Amino acid sequence: MAVNEHLRTIRWAAWLGWQMESNWTSPFLFIIYSIIKPIMATLIVVFMYLIILKSVNADPVLFSYMFIGNAFYMYVAQVLFGISWVVHEDREHYQTLKQIYIAPINFPVYLVGRGISKIIITTASVIVTLAFGILVLGLPVNIWKIDWPLLIVAMVLGLFCICTIGIALAGISLLTARHGTGINEGVAGVFYLFCGVIFPITFLPSWGQSIAFFIPITYWLELLRRSMMPETISISGLANYSAQEMMVLLLVSILLFLFFSLIILKYADFLARKKGKLDMTTAY
Amino acid sequence: MNNAVECRSLTRSFKGNAKQQAIIALDNIDLDVREGELFGLLGPNGAGKTTLIKILATLLLPSSGKVTVLGYDVEREAHKIRPRINMVSGGEFSGYGLLTVRENLWMFSQFYGIPTRIAKQRIDELLHDFELADKADAKVRTISTGQRQRMNVVRGFVTDPDLIFLDEPTLGLDVNSSRTIRDYIRRWVREQNGKTALITTHYMMEAEELCDRVAIIDRGRILACDSPCNLKKQVQRDAVFTLETTQFADLDSIGHISGVKGYTGETNGERQKIRIVAEEESVLAEVIQVIAGKGGKVISLTKVESTLEDVFLQLVGRGLI
Ligand SMILES: Nc1ncnc2c1ncn2[C@@H]1O[C@H](COP(=O)(O)OP(=O)(O)OP(=O)(O)O)[C@@H](O)[C@H]1O
Ligand SMILES: [Mg+2]
Repeated sequence: MAVNEHLRTIRWAAWLGWQMESNWTSPFLFIIYSIIKPIMATLIVVFMYLIILKSVNADPVLFSYMFIGNAFYMYVAQVLFGISWVVHEDREHYQTLKQIYIAPINFPVYLVGRGISKIIITTASVIVTLAFGILVLGLPVNIWKIDWPLLIVAMVLGLFCICTIGIALAGISLLTARHGTGINEGVAGVFYLFCGVIFPITFLPSWGQSIAFFIPITYWLELLRRSMMPETISISGLANYSAQEMMVLLLVSILLFLFFSLIILKYADFLARKKGKLDMTTAY
Repeated sequence: MNNAVECRSLTRSFKGNAKQQAIIALDNIDLDVREGELFGLLGPNGAGKTTLIKILATLLLPSSGKVTVLGYDVEREAHKIRPRINMVSGGEFSGYGLLTVRENLWMFSQFYGIPTRIAKQRIDELLHDFELADKADAKVRTISTGQRQRMNVVRGFVTDPDLIFLDEPTLGLDVNSSRTIRDYIRRWVREQNGKTALITTHYMMEAEELCDRVAIIDRGRILACDSPCNLKKQVQRDAVFTLETTQFADLDSIGHISGVKGYTGETNGERQKIRIVAEEESVLAEVIQVIAGKGGKVISLTKVESTLEDVFLQLVGRGLI
């Protein structure tokens, strides 16, 4: 299929996603909500930290580690699970999945398109959260010293990776009913625990660290932190790897995930057609 | 002429619940739908109509058998089939409620790569044809069920498929909307070359007045497949007439005419009502002669037509609705 057709699919899927994100309320409320929500979500983690360590200044490196990791984890929560949720939304709520499915479009491309609005909104949330951290909480990030090339390359690879995993989960969603999405929460939990989101992977037992090394999110978050706050290297447990080496590791694990994701989706697609799951609606 | 659809020994079963045995939704079906045909699938609830449509529309895989649509295998070449087909299911509530009617249609037209100018024009025309023009800019969640269904019919045609599957498109619609849809389908197939429509229904009249050929399906099997006219012939009752005549002597003489299998007579004042079951229509001439010879006059004569409903009754053993 020509690149043009994929771009067209992405464009209209993204447009649809954007309508869904923004259409439920007035633009004003939408913006307020988009700013407040991520800050609130972050504050929970900040309070947890403050309860344990009393003040941000007690351990600024650990605080930065946690705050940055948690801010960027929003992409996992919003985009990754947003993409897999598309299947349930289209199938159960709008009952359009079968119409989309038999359209001459590439389904993973459609899913990624639907994820784009989430990427845009989450990016805004992440920026708001980081700004809030720097300006209000005294997060010691110097915006003049950020390694922008590293940040940008890591972001692009990371988003690619998140979309890839989202596609695999969407494939699994094809086969499960709406209430069968415990798998999403399971995956979210695994990533949150093992990928160095709010605590360094050195806190994990050795088997847990092995899992961390296998998941690209670990390298992605580490690279983002290095680009913004290089001091966090000292506690990350990944100090032995240079940024270039990590980039290679990230790339390799992404390719691995891409390979498996496409296989999972293809097989799930086959099973869904075989078992008649594409227009299944859950009777409650 | 090519076949738009070919099924060979198509079987589809569904796993039942625990311990329940598998449900055979389609049982060893052979079926051809010709290109350019308006083809009807007629059958009672649970006959397997929707299952068949889903398989043809590449939503569901056959359990066994070979199925080709527009010459391509549904299992291996779905991507070649999809650009040229579309599917509409009646009686369901699908659509992106937060988009307007026009936006919904537009988005799907873009997924099919319809050029902007053509898509715009076609959407306007179709909305007009299906009396939705005034709802074009209403959010889908605000329009009525019937309007939503019409929107979905429009969605089916907006991509200009070569083959369209319509699963009970008029289900639950009012008389006017149903007629609009039927008329449109008919024109769409008749006025263009090589466009094929496969429509399922359990409305006898719809199948009879709309379709070039009809397959009668029940419990996953095709019981008959032919033009409505031939189907009726296939199970044609003997020619049945009712006559109204003036009084005449010797009603019994009708019974002696060869070819008359039976008759009933009923006197109604000055009039005589006779119902004659004959082997064939030509017997009627002699009947009229005999009546005239006995001094009777024929006032009216009606041939009682067998309907698709009779065919259905005979084949399925029970009525439709
Ligand atoms: N996903 C499914 N799982 C299990 N059984 C199914 C499934 N889909 C259909 N069936 C069964 O297959 C048979 C045929 O169903 P189908 O929907 O094709 O009938 P239909 O002719 O479309 O009927 P209706 O007129 O009610 O729409 C039914 O017995 C139905 O219970
Ligand atoms: Mg049905």
